Parts: sequence; structure tokens; C-alpha cells
Amino acid sequence: MTAEASEAQVVLQNVTRVYARGATRPVHAIGPLDLDISKGEFFSVVGPSGCGKSTLLEVIAGLAEASGGSVAFEGTPTGGKVPEGIGVVFQEDSTLAWLTVWDNIAFGLRRRGVAAAEIKRRVDDVLRLMGLRDFARAYPAQLSGGMRQRVCIARTLVLQPRLILLDEPFGALDQQTRLLMGDEVLRLWRETGATVFLITHALDEAAMLSDRVGVMSARPGRFLEIVKTGWPRERDSRIAAHEEFGRLTSRLWSLLRDESMKALGYPTAAA
Amino acid sequence: MRGAWLLRLATVGGTVLILELLCRVGIIAGFTMIPPSQMATGLFQLLVSGTLLPDLKTTLSGVAIAVAAAILIGFLTGALLHAVPRLRRTLDPFFASYYAVPVWAFYPLCIVLFGLNDVPKVIIGFLYAVVAMIVNTLNGLDRVPPVLRKLARTHQMSRGATVLLIILPSAAPHIFTGVKLAIAYAFIGVVGSEFILANAGIGYQISFAYNNFDNVILYSLILFIIVFVSAINLFLYSWERAILQRRGGR
Repeated sequence: MTAEASEAQVVLQNVTRVYARGATRPVHAIGPLDLDISKGEFFSVVGPSGCGKSTLLEVIAGLAEASGGSVAFEGTPTGGKVPEGIGVVFQEDSTLAWLTVWDNIAFGLRRRGVAAAEIKRRVDDVLRLMGLRDFARAYPAQLSGGMRQRVCIARTLVLQPRLILLDEPFGALDQQTRLLMGDEVLRLWRETGATVFLITHALDEAAMLSDRVGVMSARPGRFLEIVKTGWPRERDSRIAAHEEFGRLTSRLWSLLRDESMKALGYPTAAA
Repeated sequence: MRGAWLLRLATVGGTVLILELLCRVGIIAGFTMIPPSQMATGLFQLLVSGTLLPDLKTTLSGVAIAVAAAILIGFLTGALLHAVPRLRRTLDPFFASYYAVPVWAFYPLCIVLFGLNDVPKVIIGFLYAVVAMIVNTLNGLDRVPPVLRKLARTHQMSRGATVLLIILPSAAPHIFTGVKLAIAYAFIGVVGSEFILANAGIGYQISFAYNNFDNVILYSLILFIIVFVSAINLFLYSWERAILQRRGGR
């Protein structure tokens, strides 16, 4: 399956987001930007710090309302509400400390009134899929950061979302764990057939995991370019050894370098 | 862990033993303090005879009403202040200096307003306890990670469900601390008030024994108060520790 062959699942048209800040000047966070994400696609976004990557994710999720333009998920405008069918994994640890791993994962299913037997089946399936079976009765505090993030991913997956939004989910992890978690996400993406939208600051992660990578400018965030990776659907972290991977990563960096310097206030070549 | 418990036990046991010796050999005079063993015997006799029960009932019912009111009103006030930052900014300095105010100074006013009955001591107990509950409710609500509110939205949760299933459990350890402090402060307020003008209760009986030089009853009741309040706090402390350990706290 290729992205081009599929219909657009998420459509952003002329989207902007401006934060009002009381008496001070409003902050123009993102846009205007347009984007179509196809069903079953793995789309990543990279950009300099503070360029509005997380804001973009929140606008797509319906956690924040666009100040201008329109956002539609499967043809329906999101309008500042999280539609059914979207799952979000946040950068911060969002496990519920007072619940066991099993209850954390079952949380959303219980909220939806799914039958107990069905909850058990689905939670057990996801625990196996995420390698968390031995920790089902553990509390989040007894797990490492990586495992807690896996619990958050599992809690999202168990709801069988059609669109999974990942906001730098591996940001706090070491490089080896990141690579392995990347493999797991790729495997889950293939197995579930869901569309994945990933925010990351790691260029190699974006290059390895994605069908397309959107490179954002410094604030207000706009897409400078959307780079197609051309990877086969069957791939994992070993793709990093491929010579095309190096070319891809340096292409992303060349697009980003000036923007990152701009974001940090350094003088750029253009200046 | 076990070592710390043994050390605590040894400290308490050692202190009791030293007091026993000092009283027995006469370094501490009998009209100043009776030996701890005599306190324990006196307390045992008081409990067995049942003479303590009406006063115990009076004190505990006063504390229970003060605690319940402090928890309910303290929690609701804390939640309201959290929801209205402007009101909170206005009242924050009062909370910061609240415990510098001697609440017992209001006792005569309470008697004028409510009469010489159980109400003034319950009000004093409540006034002592309520601010601990307000402050800890605010602390708890402040510390709910913002990401959990976002999580609630991704699960399409209503405001009520978010409060019940996300915010309250997340803030629970701090709210629990508020409850623990409210119980301790309510005891101080109620028993302390009984010392001044009440006509029943443990505090009143301690004061009565003191004025009548009845050291056996005086110290037996002091021992009772210490053991009773320590037992409640120890229970709450262990419960709190279990909650915090499960959540990765100390």
C-alpha cells in the first residue's frame, strides 16, 4: 500500500493558530499551512524548537482549535473536539499513577462501556503486543520511562484508533531504546493499519520511520518542504545502514539548519 | 526500615523507662508527675469502669463533626479557589498567615454567639482544621499534570468524569495529607477548647483533675489522649505511605 494510492484521512487547509496573551502581543504559532495525510500513511514532522510542532498535533487532534482555516478528520471538521477514532500519545508521562498497567490500558475501554470479556481480550492482546504481559499488575512507578511510554501507547492502541498522533513519545528515552521503540511502532503501524502522525526532533527517527517527513520552519511554523522517503512498508531500524538513509537525513538537516539557527537567534547564511 | 521502627520503639521505651525511674526514686516529686506504670494502671481502671465513656463520646463526636465540616468545606473552598485564580490571589496572604492567629481568642465570641454548649468547641476545632484542608486541596489540584487533562479530552470525558476519574485521584495524596492534618488540628481545637469553658469531654476532665490535684486521673487522661491521637495518626501515616509507595513516592 502506498500513500499516494489512498484517500486523504486528515485534511488541513490554510490552518493558522494564534495564541492570545492577554495585554501582550499575540503569538502566531503556526501557519498558514496545508496538509493532506493519507489513510495508512506514516507521516512525521520535524522542525526547530518552538516552531509549533506540538501545536499542529493538538490542532489535528482537536485539543486546540485552529484560529483560521479548517481541519477535517475523515471528512468531518474537528472543531476543537477530539473525534472518535483519534488516539494521542503525549511526550510527557501520562500514565495514571493510581492504576495498574492493566487498568491503565483498560481505562478507555471501560469509559466506552465495552463488555468485560471484550476488555479482557483486547487488553491481554495489547499487553502481549507491547511486551508488557509480565507487568500487567505493576504500577507505573515500578516501571522504567520507556515501559511507561509503552503503557501509554498500549492504552491508545487498545481503542483501535484509525489515526494515532505521537507527540515526541520517545523524547525522554536513550538512543538504543528509541531505536527499538521505533521498530515497535513500525510493527504496530503495519499490524493495525492505522495512520500515524509523529512529531519528533530526531531527524534519524523521522527518516527511519516515515513515508513522508514534513519539515517545518521557525515560528510561525509552516511546511518548508515535505520529503518522501520511498521506504518499503516492511522496514525496521536496520534501514539506518542503507546509504539512502544518510542522504535522507542530511537532506532533512540541510532544510532545517537555517531554521534551527533562526529559532535560536543565531545569524544565518541568508542574513 | 525495620531498624528505624526498632529505634523509634527504643526511644519511646527508653523515655518511659527513664521517667519511671525518675518518679520512683523521687527525683520527680509525686505531686508533679506519677510514674508511667501508674498512669497506665489508672487509665486501665478508667476504661474498665466506663466512667470515661460519656466524656470520650462528647470529645469524639465534637472532633468528628469538626473534621467532617473541615474536610467538606475545606475541599469545596480549595476547589473554588483553584477555579477562580483572582479570588485565590486575594486570599492567599490570609492563608499564609492564618496559623499565626490564636484561634482560641475567638472562643469567648463563639460562646456569646452560640452559648455554653458543644458548638463553640466544634467551631474552634473546625477553624483549626479547615485551612489545612484548603491549602492541601489547592496543592493537590495545582499538581495535577496538565497532560492528564489533555488525556481526559482525548477520551471524550465530560467535566464531571474528568474530575472524578482523573483530577481527584491524581490530587488524592495531597488531599489525604489535608485530611490527616485536619484530624490532628481538630483534636487540638476541640480538646483545647474543652480545657477553657466546657462542662464535659476529655479536655474538661483533664482540667478538672488538674484543678483538684488528682494526678492519677490527670496523667491517665493525658496518656489516653497521647496514645489515642498517636494511634490515629500512625494509622493515617501508614495508609499515606502505602499510597505514596504505590505511586513511586517515598
